[in-house]
Amino acid sequence: MSDQDILNPKHMPHNPEKATLEGKNKFIGFWFFLGGETVLFASLFGTYLALRNSVNDGKSSEELFGLGLVFIMTMLLLTSSLTSVYAMYHMKNNDFKKMQLWLGITVALGLGFLACEIYEFYHYIHGYHFTMRSSAFGSAFYTLVGFHGGHVVFGLLWIVSLMIRNAKRGLNLYNAPKYYIASLYWHFIDVVWVFIFTVVYLMGVL
Amino acid sequence: MSTIAANKRGFGSALWDYITTVDHKKIAILYLVAGGFFFLLGGLEALAIRWQLIQPMNDFVSAGFYNELITMHGTTMIFLAAMPLIFAFMNAVVPLQIGARDVAFPFLNSLGFWLFFFGGIMLNVGWFTGGAADAGWTAYAPLSTTSAGEGVDYYVLGLQISGAGTLIAGINFLVTIVNMRAPGMTYMRMPLFTWTTFVVSALILFAFPALTVGLFLMMFDRLFGAGFFNADMGGNSVIWQHLFWIFGHPEVYILILPAFGIFSEIISTFSKKRLFGYTAMVFATVLIGFLGFMVWAHHMFTVGMGPAANAIFAVATMAIAVPTGIKIFNWLFTLWGGNIKLTTAMLWTLAFIPTFTLGGMTGVMLAAATADYQYHDSYFVVAHFHYVIVGGVVFGLFAGLHYWWPKMFGTMLNEKLGKLTFWLFFIGFHLTFFIQHFLGLMGMPRRYWVYLEDQNLDLGNFISTIGALMMGLGTIVLLYNIVLTCIKGEKVGGDPWDGRTLEWAISSPAPFYNFKQTPLIRGLDALWVEKSEGRKGLTPAEPLGDIHMPNGSILPIIMSFGFFVAGFGFIYQKYDLSWLTLIFIGMGISLATMLIRSVKDDLGFHIHKEDLDKEAGE
Repeated sequence: MSDQDILNPKHMPHNPEKATLEGKNKFIGFWFFLGGETVLFASLFGTYLALRNSVNDGKSSEELFGLGLVFIMTMLLLTSSLTSVYAMYHMKNNDFKKMQLWLGITVALGLGFLACEIYEFYHYIHGYHFTMRSSAFGSAFYTLVGFHGGHVVFGLLWIVSLMIRNAKRGLNLYNAPKYYIASLYWHFIDVVWVFIFTVVYLMGVL
Repeated sequence: MSTIAANKRGFGSALWDYITTVDHKKIAILYLVAGGFFFLLGGLEALAIRWQLIQPMNDFVSAGFYNELITMHGTTMIFLAAMPLIFAFMNAVVPLQIGARDVAFPFLNSLGFWLFFFGGIMLNVGWFTGGAADAGWTAYAPLSTTSAGEGVDYYVLGLQISGAGTLIAGINFLVTIVNMRAPGMTYMRMPLFTWTTFVVSALILFAFPALTVGLFLMMFDRLFGAGFFNADMGGNSVIWQHLFWIFGHPEVYILILPAFGIFSEIISTFSKKRLFGYTAMVFATVLIGFLGFMVWAHHMFTVGMGPAANAIFAVATMAIAVPTGIKIFNWLFTLWGGNIKLTTAMLWTLAFIPTFTLGGMTGVMLAAATADYQYHDSYFVVAHFHYVIVGGVVFGLFAGLHYWWPKMFGTMLNEKLGKLTFWLFFIGFHLTFFIQHFLGLMGMPRRYWVYLEDQNLDLGNFISTIGALMMGLGTIVLLYNIVLTCIKGEKVGGDPWDGRTLEWAISSPAPFYNFKQTPLIRGLDALWVEKSEGRKGLTPAEPLGDIHMPNGSILPIIMSFGFFVAGFGFIYQKYDLSWLTLIFIGMGISLATMLIRSVKDDLGFHIHKEDLDKEAGE
């Protein structure tokens, strides 16, 4: 049997992401990676918590944050996590088209989130002259939220390249693990946002 | 003829082979050569430091250059010498010890090396652009954030790039050990070096991201005007200390645990005994790894965290002496009644036990928070950490080098020269550092470039420098030994030490597919089990079949080079924004190679079983 036959079996297994050794390696390796990412964000959160009241002469979180926009952003991102679950559900049923469709919706929601975040930063910078150089609080805010935003950008680029690359050939045991870990990454981004929402925004206005 | 034919090749194709290789055994050699180079560099820096201190008020180097020397000596030795040399042995040995054909992610293995390599170069570029980093290897803010020039910027970017490589390597070994063990190789049958690699990889995974964040914050402070550590903007410089040591303390266990693994293998092999208390050794390794995360603030007793925090961290630190003591006793009990063979590797191991115990004892002294106010930032601390890092890690690396050299290269290092190196280095080491305990207790602070006459410090410093020169001499003998062995070393078979673990069951150097048939593991010390039952080789777990192998790739070196280029852009945009172009070029190169890696299928290739038979017949 050639590699192509092995990777394109007549009957796709129920868990195509873990059907090959490479898939299993990717699966567990990516969970380990997310463990490291957790420490990364924990360090950023720790820094933020230490500096969130160090506003110097600049704006404070109460003056800046509005929960309306943050609520919309939260809804967009949480929903995108749900749609990526649907995509993985269709992957397990070997329904490639529906998987791509739901991933497309996930990307659209992620773009919506990103647009809100760009607007938010733009608003702070031009409306309030609140930048990374304003105060230690400014540095900590833009770094924590910006790192999350950077993850969103990378996640979107990742999912879109997977969708384009595999659009014509469909699902096989080679690309299924790739799709799966991209969706894991997306969930992780979502979980981090839940903490940002709580620690940065809720604790910032209350 | 098939791909496994080993032809005589020119230098060009050998070079191409090494920069595109994803074979763990070749990557091990890359790590060994690069780490060895940086070890020599760090050693030269150390000799310059000691030469400056040979007499009071010496003027061999200027004060500023002395600061660069101490900073780069520490940074180079920890990140660019000790870590990669440990990775060299992990790569060379761990897949063999668990009966695997390669690591889980061969491509990432190569990427990890090249990131480390370019990061190491980046760190040292500062020497040529007006001064290397000069804020100490710990780079405490605000000293580091206000240091003039680009030295500290090179430190930040260089460590960021090489740190990413280390993280990748850590994840790779975790997955390799979880997923790639041969049938029958249960966790409690893994050789101790594999166990320590496993625990250390977990430490890397959870410790390095804290450094990543610390370096990013420092980068933003220095290059983009952020104020994390700047009190004028409401920042807090103690945050750097916390982040650095949350990484930094596990880091010292990342260094020492693999050395413990190496010693455990060597003691067992050259005592002809199963390791005493194997289960307790595994338990102690895991416990040390866990406690290693609980003690970072013992580096900060004098910062003013308050008595409660100091007391907690002091007690936690002292607790680490317990599992470490378990290990020391288990090694002694393994030796007890053993059939001991005094090879060079064994000499290093035997020297390690008392040396490391001394370092551990001063460690417990330093852990006493109240007493630490006296020791802090004195030569007592310098003596302590050189006793554990040189007496533990470097001795371990030398021992491992002599022990696994035959497996890596198929030749034997000269034992006579090896023993000469040992005695020169061992005596030189104790001459250098033992006296430093007393220099410290007499009040000599660390990191000072001169000291006054007639303060009772003259003789101690003189002796210390003589010792350092002896260590240098020992290293030169080792280099001569390596050159000699490369030119006309005697060829050895697969099992020159009468070994106990799997790596000794195959030829030296190992074939590039490692095991023709995946072995069946039937107990701890798998090869010894077979030997004691009168078999010559291992019991295969599968019939002879095609072997799947990964393709080599040029992408890792290009990807790493991209980050390297972008690093210069990040640094110099602080003078002139047109340097931003370099960031776009560098990051463009890296992201493009990532995209290529993502969209281009890489299925590897197969070695056919007929070719394996043919090769065996030759």
